[in-house]
Amino acid sequence: MNMELDLAPGRGRIWLEALSGETGVVAGGVASVLKADATFAGEKVRFLAVVPDPASHFPRARNGEVGLEQGWTLAKYVREAIEADRGGAPRPIVAIVDVPSQAYGRREELLGIHLACAAAVDAYASARMAGHPIVALLVGKAMSGAFLAHGYQANQIIAFDDPGVMVHAMGKAAAARVTKRSVEDLDALGETVLPMSYSIRNFAKLGVLQRLIQGVKADAPDGADVDLVRAELIQAIADARAGANDLSNRLNSEAARKVRHASIEVRRLMTEQWPVN
Amino acid sequence: MNAEIDLQRFLARRSFVELTARERALAILDAGSARELVGPFDRQHSVWLEMQGIVPQEDDGVVVMHGRIDGEPAVVIAIEGAFQGGSMGEVAGQKIVCALELATRDHERGRSTRPVLLFETGGVRLQEANLGLAVIAEIQSAIIALRRHVPVVAVIAGLVGCFGGMSLAAALCSRLIVTRQARLGMNGPEVIEQEAGIQEMEAADKRLIWSLIGGEQRAAVGLADDLVEDDADDIARTVRAAFREAKPVTHRTEQVDLFLDRLAAIDTDRVKDGATLRGLWGKGEAK
Repeated sequence: MNMELDLAPGRGRIWLEALSGETGVVAGGVASVLKADATFAGEKVRFLAVVPDPASHFPRARNGEVGLEQGWTLAKYVREAIEADRGGAPRPIVAIVDVPSQAYGRREELLGIHLACAAAVDAYASARMAGHPIVALLVGKAMSGAFLAHGYQANQIIAFDDPGVMVHAMGKAAAARVTKRSVEDLDALGETVLPMSYSIRNFAKLGVLQRLIQGVKADAPDGADVDLVRAELIQAIADARAGANDLSNRLNSEAARKVRHASIEVRRLMTEQWPVN
Repeated sequence: MNAEIDLQRFLARRSFVELTARERALAILDAGSARELVGPFDRQHSVWLEMQGIVPQEDDGVVVMHGRIDGEPAVVIAIEGAFQGGSMGEVAGQKIVCALELATRDHERGRSTRPVLLFETGGVRLQEANLGLAVIAEIQSAIIALRRHVPVVAVIAGLVGCFGGMSLAAALCSRLIVTRQARLGMNGPEVIEQEAGIQEMEAADKRLIWSLIGGEQRAAVGLADDLVEDDADDIARTVRAAFREAKPVTHRTEQVDLFLDRLAAIDTDRVKDGATLRGLWGKGEAK
């Protein structure tokens, strides 16, 4: 009973294959997490994607959700890169994001899906702090806890300007139920209350996202699309290297200064009141 | 343990669950040492709630108190479960991020600040959806940066529990203290019932819910560190002990191979309840 499965399910796989030239399937690994290393502008770049696996060991995580195995496997593949590059040049890591949700299930809760997703968060953040440029490329859905685990710790977030790309804390149908609104009302609300919006263009106004990529055929890219996205990634990797290893660019951006001014004011006050010496 | 002594203790204890966030923070810090930062008189509330006709609160449901623990500088961050379910909005979340980052800055400058997080939260505040999600990612990052310097100690007391993206934040902490009243899970039982059906999770079955994600179960299978009574003194003592021990911590989120091996060994047809998991991951009776 997954909500809004109206999109082609395979964007994560399509883009991982298109950008890396490999299938990303890891022998002996879970089939739902793809990993590929490709040479990009003369350096090795690691690509990761979470994709559907109808045969998954865990039935509630078969549609591309981030569940127990996905969280821990992402952590493993990110940490492998940290270990391999220790003392050398930290390779860029690109999270290709098309995740409809975290896995909703009884076994998931029992076995600690919160910890599995936290492990992925930890790995990505630790890689970022160790100097790996982390780029989240949003090609489809980036929903809630699934996005926290896979992509939201990136120094650079870039997204296709495409109706199938969205970031949100809850699926639209569920959010409408919980906030007692119709789906239409929810869409209208998003135009005035920016953080409520499901549109990627409105998300871009929050200042958290670095760039929208125009005119890409997200479901069926041709060579020109892939070249364009590759160039965008190379730019994002360079920007990540030029910037800080923390997430401060999400508050310093021009858009953030407009929309997140309450955040900025809270930080000013807290810093002022924090005891010195 | 002797039942009579237990009864005496039971009568003497002061419930932590029943305290407000502000009272909880005071209960953790050394007496007379606390000072609230960005408190209600700074009037930092959520404009997003106002825009949606919801009465905001001038602390946005998060209390940050600086003070001392065992005489050492400390910051306690307490989430108020009674305001919007302890949900994370822009202001609430940023108070947490900034306090954690300032504690990290203290350590980088050679000054120790002991961080304590008191979780009582349903996760993202849906009325501030994308800013709530964004700030939770920042909270997580700030915990990971800070715990390299000092144990980040967390308490989940209940009754709200700790859910959504904030359950990930709790999992990232160095030491997790829970009561029997606590629940720790990524998805609330109601959401699971709605998404997956009542045969997957019956949200109204409280005994079932606590047997899966309750504090006692989490401690018994090693997904929380300390199980304590709902007693303010007990909890404050356990927090202090966590800093005193200062043993090197291998964080749970770093134990990737262990958990991948454990998951690979799970028979998904058989492992559906708390008792079965205790048989597999249990470490005997919880502390």
